[in-house]
Amino acid sequence: MAEILDKVKTEEEKQSFFGPKERRLLIDPLMDNNPVTVQILGVCSSLAITSLVYPSIVMAISVTLVTAFSNYFTSLVREYIPKQVRMIVQLVIIATLVTIVELALKALNFPIWKQLSVYIGLIITNCIVMGRLEAYAMANKPWRSFLDGIGNGLGYGAILVIVAIIREILGKGTLFAGSPVEIKIIGPNTTFLIDTTTSNLFGWYANNNLMVLPAAALFIIGILIWIHRTINPKLVDIS
Amino acid sequence: MESSNKYIITFIIIMTVVAAVALAGMREITMSASTKNEEIFNKRSILLTVNEYLGEGLSVSDLSDDQVLKMFKEQVEQVVINKKGEVVKDMLAEKIDLAVEKKKPEAERLLPLFVFKNDKEKFYILSVRGSGLWDEIWGNIAVKSDLNTIAGVTFDHKGETPGLGAEIKDNPGFPGQFVGKQMFKDGEVAILVRKGGSQDKMYEVDGISGATITGDGVSEMLQRGISNYSPYFETIEN
Repeated sequence: MAEILDKVKTEEEKQSFFGPKERRLLIDPLMDNNPVTVQILGVCSSLAITSLVYPSIVMAISVTLVTAFSNYFTSLVREYIPKQVRMIVQLVIIATLVTIVELALKALNFPIWKQLSVYIGLIITNCIVMGRLEAYAMANKPWRSFLDGIGNGLGYGAILVIVAIIREILGKGTLFAGSPVEIKIIGPNTTFLIDTTTSNLFGWYANNNLMVLPAAALFIIGILIWIHRTINPKLVDIS
Repeated sequence: MESSNKYIITFIIIMTVVAAVALAGMREITMSASTKNEEIFNKRSILLTVNEYLGEGLSVSDLSDDQVLKMFKEQVEQVVINKKGEVVKDMLAEKIDLAVEKKKPEAERLLPLFVFKNDKEKFYILSVRGSGLWDEIWGNIAVKSDLNTIAGVTFDHKGETPGLGAEIKDNPGFPGQFVGKQMFKDGEVAILVRKGGSQDKMYEVDGISGATITGDGVSEMLQRGISNYSPYFETIEN
């Protein structure tokens, strides 16, 4: 009897649209299984484009779309993909989606496309995307793969935005520079080269050029990993 | 499960066709919007050089896309000139790409020139292109009608180091320094970026610490780029 009940239960769970399992798919990559701070994937682009918040948000959205849809499509055709060429098939799916995202971005927001330049194209090589295809989409149903893609994209995006906020405030003194809602947070109002009139909070603050360089992102990601592991002891290897 | 070669080839062909159709379709849909965006982006960067002279309370960043196109149509005259300083007829300056011109033999190169007019004054906007530390840099320079005093400049780059070389674009203070400087001294291009701070305030601007090579690149780009226009300037002056 218990066996039958169990069976019914798993059947139900399998068919649920947004049950606890689905929710875990979304939340896990944000916390316990973050692609950047736990799996240490996608670090290259996290270093390169996080000097400003606005492009980072755009990048996060682009990566989320690509992971979600490439997971979905791969999962749809997973039973038909010939084993010998599965990586090529995955790459074609990813590359097509990335190009579509790039074309859309060029049409919707040209300045930000210009700013992100090659990094949109380089989503193709982002290990998170292919990693999820291999680890999840090849063995799971489309809807769950889609959620897994969204979750991982957001997990990556969250780190991107956190790093970008720290770098932009300390490196430029602004937030959301380049977007319509640009605000000056700290430091002198205009740039130090010409005008040194102080007006804002911490008017004495001179922009830290190190924060603008990609190296700063490496330090910040390192610190984030440290904090993440301190908060969540599950992540620390017991040996 | 090993698949047969026939199956693999069929699968790959179908997949490639689907991907190609999807991409071609997407390109077709976005083509007109992205060309228009690019045009507006370029026009904005040209108008930015004369930002202060656009008119009462106007600024390029506040203008809508349509306003940019309208202003460009009404107030900007586009001229294409050749190496000897003669005007090439029936060509629009916005169609000239300096990156393409650079690959041509020197004598055949064409130069774009935009002439911006407001109620009172006339400005000549030159385009220049050169090399920074890592990759190409380029810019637009607006000159007042005396053909010597700079009214404004903008710079852009492909891959200079953020925080160092990239400051030529990111830090409005750097292009801001050029306003009011003189370009020519005794007929030679004299404007330059001086490492360690400008000495002759008429012709020199301060370099950026840590971006010496980009600064030298800017100097070189200005010297070479502006001197290309001198034959034409001589013809207008006479």
